[in-house]
Formats: sequence, structure tokens, C-alpha cells
Amino acid sequence: MPLENIRHIVLVLSGKGGVGKSSITTQLALALSLQGKSVGVLDVDLTGPSVPRFFGIEESRVRQAPGGWIPVEVHGKQTLSSKQTYGDTGAQGRAANGAKQESEQHAGPLSCMSLGFILSNRGDAVIWRGPKKTAMVRQFLTDVLWPELDFLLVDTPPGTSDEHISLLETLLKQTAHTTQLAGAVVVTTPQAIAISDVKKELNFCAKTGVRVLGVVENMAGFVCPNCSECCNVFSKGGGQVMAQEFGVPFLGSVPIDPAFVMLIEEGVRPRYPKGTVVEGRVLVEREEGVEDKEGLLVDKYRDCSLAPVFEGFVRKLVEEVEGR
Amino acid sequence: MAPHFEEPTQVDPDAPLHVAPKLVAPEPEHCPGPESEQAGTADNCAGCPNQKICASAPKGPDPDIPVITERLSSVRHKILVLSGKGGVGKSTFSTMLSHAFASNPSLTVGLMDTDICGPSIPKMMGVEEETIHVSAEGWEPVWVSENLGVMSVQFMLPNRDDAVIWRGAKKNGLIKKFLMEVRWGDMDVLVVDTPPGTSDEHLSVNSFLKSSGVDGAVLVSTPQEVALLDVRKEIDFCRKAKIPILGIVENMSGFVCPGCKHESQIFRASTGGAKRLAAEEKIPFLGAVPLDPRIGMACDFGESFLDAYPESPACKAIRHVVRRVAEEIGMQGDVLEGDE
Repeated sequence: MPLENIRHIVLVLSGKGGVGKSSITTQLALALSLQGKSVGVLDVDLTGPSVPRFFGIEESRVRQAPGGWIPVEVHGKQTLSSKQTYGDTGAQGRAANGAKQESEQHAGPLSCMSLGFILSNRGDAVIWRGPKKTAMVRQFLTDVLWPELDFLLVDTPPGTSDEHISLLETLLKQTAHTTQLAGAVVVTTPQAIAISDVKKELNFCAKTGVRVLGVVENMAGFVCPNCSECCNVFSKGGGQVMAQEFGVPFLGSVPIDPAFVMLIEEGVRPRYPKGTVVEGRVLVEREEGVEDKEGLLVDKYRDCSLAPVFEGFVRKLVEEVEGR
Repeated sequence: MAPHFEEPTQVDPDAPLHVAPKLVAPEPEHCPGPESEQAGTADNCAGCPNQKICASAPKGPDPDIPVITERLSSVRHKILVLSGKGGVGKSTFSTMLSHAFASNPSLTVGLMDTDICGPSIPKMMGVEEETIHVSAEGWEPVWVSENLGVMSVQFMLPNRDDAVIWRGAKKNGLIKKFLMEVRWGDMDVLVVDTPPGTSDEHLSVNSFLKSSGVDGAVLVSTPQEVALLDVRKEIDFCRKAKIPILGIVENMSGFVCPGCKHESQIFRASTGGAKRLAAEEKIPFLGAVPLDPRIGMACDFGESFLDAYPESPACKAIRHVVRRVAEEIGMQGDVLEGDE
């Protein structure tokens, strides 16, 4: 069976669109990879696949092999150098924090599968009704030749309809042992409008018996790059209240970081105003007029202010999933 | 079965709509569609438990279409609000468009929410707790004000947070009911809010409304390429389905820090944003609406942002867009109350 190579399957769900499911999936994948795990990402958003864009591999195509499709590799097993890691603020900082300085880091392999890799033109609409989508989701689950994976993250479209029903039906039928489908990460933004849709998704999980591994509140606050004042663009705290109300774990809040958007959109290594500290780590300072686009996405992501946040999420997730 | 690699065939949006027969088993993977001309006779139908049912089903056009056309004959303008991407502000824009039209007391406005799995319109309109009243003439829309009526699946749920776990066919059935059973009555504008994507809801709305005539679609996007990518797909959909495009609105473009008034591009338009896309695709650019945290708050509380903050830059931008939409659909005279 094609899924037997996979140890844990984690779904990323949200009732609402545009809250950052794909962005959270991407960052969870990068963070897991940075912990040395081998990771796969499956994009079942058929009419709006964004995963290829997030990983910067829009031009890639899926290859066919006897017995199935070979997913697109983002990076293989890597050893990342210790230079330019967060916490490193130049020679002085290094001397002062000698003990804290990170040695080289091992990143696990990362591969992706999405309908975006099959379309001949990126602007083409995929105009499908339910049965067609069902068939495609089923094929994605049965015909993709994943390598050995510690984690398979499944990015989903918004809602509780065809894709979700098919996904769960197939997974519940296909998974060899009950713990393979580890559960779901539910993404929301803080506004009441998003929360009310996401509550529907939590009820969907309850109805279908999918364990909720945690709620992530995305777009919680925006730090003005000019005056460093944090502004709650989409209000605040709604995710945590909702998690409490439903008795599910709350993983944490993710602020809006324009540097992350830049990293995804243009591949620019994240840099911050002098003295920016996140989770006790000093971030690399920005120099005027310098844009560094070299390096792998996973390497550049280490310099993003969100990396330490997601490192925390992933620690909790791995504990939650493997601790059973 | 060996995986097939070709781009699978797409649904033909031009195909005449037939009645879907009652099936005894779910449609198989290569089903030509129980409503299609080849139903029951195509090669893929061999061995399907539904084959006989499909083959013997009446092949005429859906008899409900004339009923819908009759129902909507008193609705003068029908506008679809579309976007390939979720969370870009389709529902927010739909509510503002409706509020803006309804601010003119001589216009009657309807707002139909076809997002079955994630309905947001009732909350944004502040009528979340309402239910539908059924009279002899049909279902009565929920009236937000004297001249603004709303219809959504939310009004039919026993509990507010219930998940609607429905496959496509069932969603289509409800959308049809919204058009067939609801007493829209004499109306100037009907705004149809849609879920993200290019699937069942969109195909159905289009085929149900085709014979009563749709003025066109307003596309909503945010400035980043990740969103524009999906909006391109929606443009392709509109062209394939022959829905006229009224234009594209860029939402959440730019954010002014309330502290220092510094403008940041939270969702950076690295590829030129919606304006450039509009130019490339030769469709009208209707305007850009800045990101204002008060818009989201007004939506959360079910208030009209336009009434609450008439002097804000975002409100002015929205009014400009609404005026452009009114122009595009050929509404005469001063549509917006209080315009100079």
C-alpha cells in the first residue's frame, strides 16, 4: 500500500478560506524538516492549489513511474551550515554567547504533491464537480509513491465538502493501523467571522472522529516595520477562546510577518530592524539595499522571525503524536 | 488501476442542464455525469449500477429552469461576487455592495449566500439568529432593513456551529431551492456571494441563472501573487462559462499603521497586484480598498462599515468601487445615497 511508508498523517484544516492553511502547512513542513524529520506535503485543494507556489516549485512537474506518481522533491537530506543562524549577531555576539551558538543542523528530506504539478498552464481553471474531485483525492492517496516519511501533511481546501469527505473516507479505509492518522491541525484567524466558520470545522472533526492536535491562530497582530508597534489587524485572542470552548489544545498565535511574505513571493532571505528579538533569539539585522536570494528555502527560513514560533509548535506536535 | 496522467476532462459549462436522476450508487470516477447527454450510454457506464436509471431518465432540459426564470423575472440586475481564493473578502465586499445599494431607499436589494459549508453573510449582516419564514408564496428572505433581504443556509441550521457536511450534489439542490422557492419579489439588484473555487456551486449558479441573465461577475483579490494565481483561474472559469466580467477589486491593499501612519504592504504586490492582472487580462480594474481593521470589526459586530465610518479612506474607496460596478451594469443616475 502506498501509505505504508508513512508514519504519521496530519491534516491541516479550516472552515474558512484564506486564513493561511497553506502558509501554516508550509511552515510546519519546514520546521519538521529542520528537526531532521522526513516530510511530505499533499495538497488536496484542487481548484486553488497554492503549495507549489509556497515552496517555489511552480515549474516542477510530477513524473510517472511504474505503479504511480513520484512526488516533487523540494530538498533532499541536507546539512545546513551554522553561519547566519538566528542567535548569531556577529563576532561580538558569538564571543558572548559562545555556548548558545548552534552547530551545523541536519534537515530531513521534503517532497510535495499537488494538482498544480499536473496542469499544463498555471492560469487554467479546474472546473470539476464533486465526483471528479473525489476520484482525484482518492488517486492522490493511493497512487503517489512517497518515500519513507515521518510526517505527511495534508493541506486542504476550505469547507466540509467533497474533498474532506473523500479524504477521510479513504484514509479511514486505507490506513493500516489506527494511529497512522495522527489528527488535524485547525487554522483560524482571530476575527469572529473566521471563528464561526472554523467552529463548524471543529464539529466536523468531532463528527468524523478526527483528533484535533491543536488550533493555530494565524495573522494575530502585525508589527509595523517602521515604528515596531504591534497592531491587531484582525483583532486578537479569538483562537484561544475557541480552543478552550471546544476543549482542544491551543498551539499558539502567529503574527503577520511581511518578511515571510517576501521570502515566499520573492525568495528574499528575511532580515529585520536592529534589535528585533523573538522568543529570546536575536534576529539578523537588515542592511539597506541588500537583498540576499541565495540558498535553499529551508535554509533561508531559519532566519525568519516565525521559525522559532513554529519550532515550538512542531515540538508540541511531535510530542503529542509520538507520545501516544 | 494504473494512474492516468493526462489532464482530466473538464466539465462543459455550456452543456444544457438536465434533471439529475435518482441514483442507487454514488457516481463512479469516470461518470459522464447523470445529467449529461451520454448518461447511461457512454463507454464508462458499462457495469455501473446506475446505468439503467441514467439511460431511461428523461433527457429534456431541467423543467425547473423556467420556474427559476419566472421567479427572477422581477429582479433587474444580478451580480456574482467571485474569487478563486478564500478569505480575500468576497463576503465582506458582497455585504458592502448590498449596503451601499440599499442606502438608496428607492432601491430594493437582495443578497444570496451560496457558500454552503462556510456561510458568513448572516453574521456580517447581524442577522445570524434569524430563521426563514415559509408562506404560501414561498420562503421569505430575512430582511436586514426595509429594502435589503438576505438568504443563507445558516438560517436553516438547528445550531449555529453545526457543520454542513455535504457533497456537491446536495449543495446544488439547496442553491436551486434558494432560487426557486425564495420570494425575491420586485428587486433592483441581487448580489450572489460564492465560496472560493471553481466547482459545483459556481457551475450550478451559472447554469440556473443562465436563462434569466446575469449582468456579470465582480472578482475580488488581494495583492499577493498567491491570491492572484487563483483569481487567474477564476477568470479562465468565467471565460469558459461565458460569464461577463464586470471587473476586479483589489482588497486589503496597503495598511496604514494607526500609530505612525506609515503605510505597509502587508500582502505585497510583488507581481504588480490586481491592477496589472486586470491590464494583462483586459478586464476593468474597479479600484483598490485599503486594509482597515475597523472593516473586520464592523463585520464581526454585524454592522455596516459604510454607515459607521463614512469619512474613512476605506469607505470612500468602497463607494468608488460600488459606483464603478453600478456604471458597468448600466444603472442610471445617482445610485448611492449622499453622493455629490
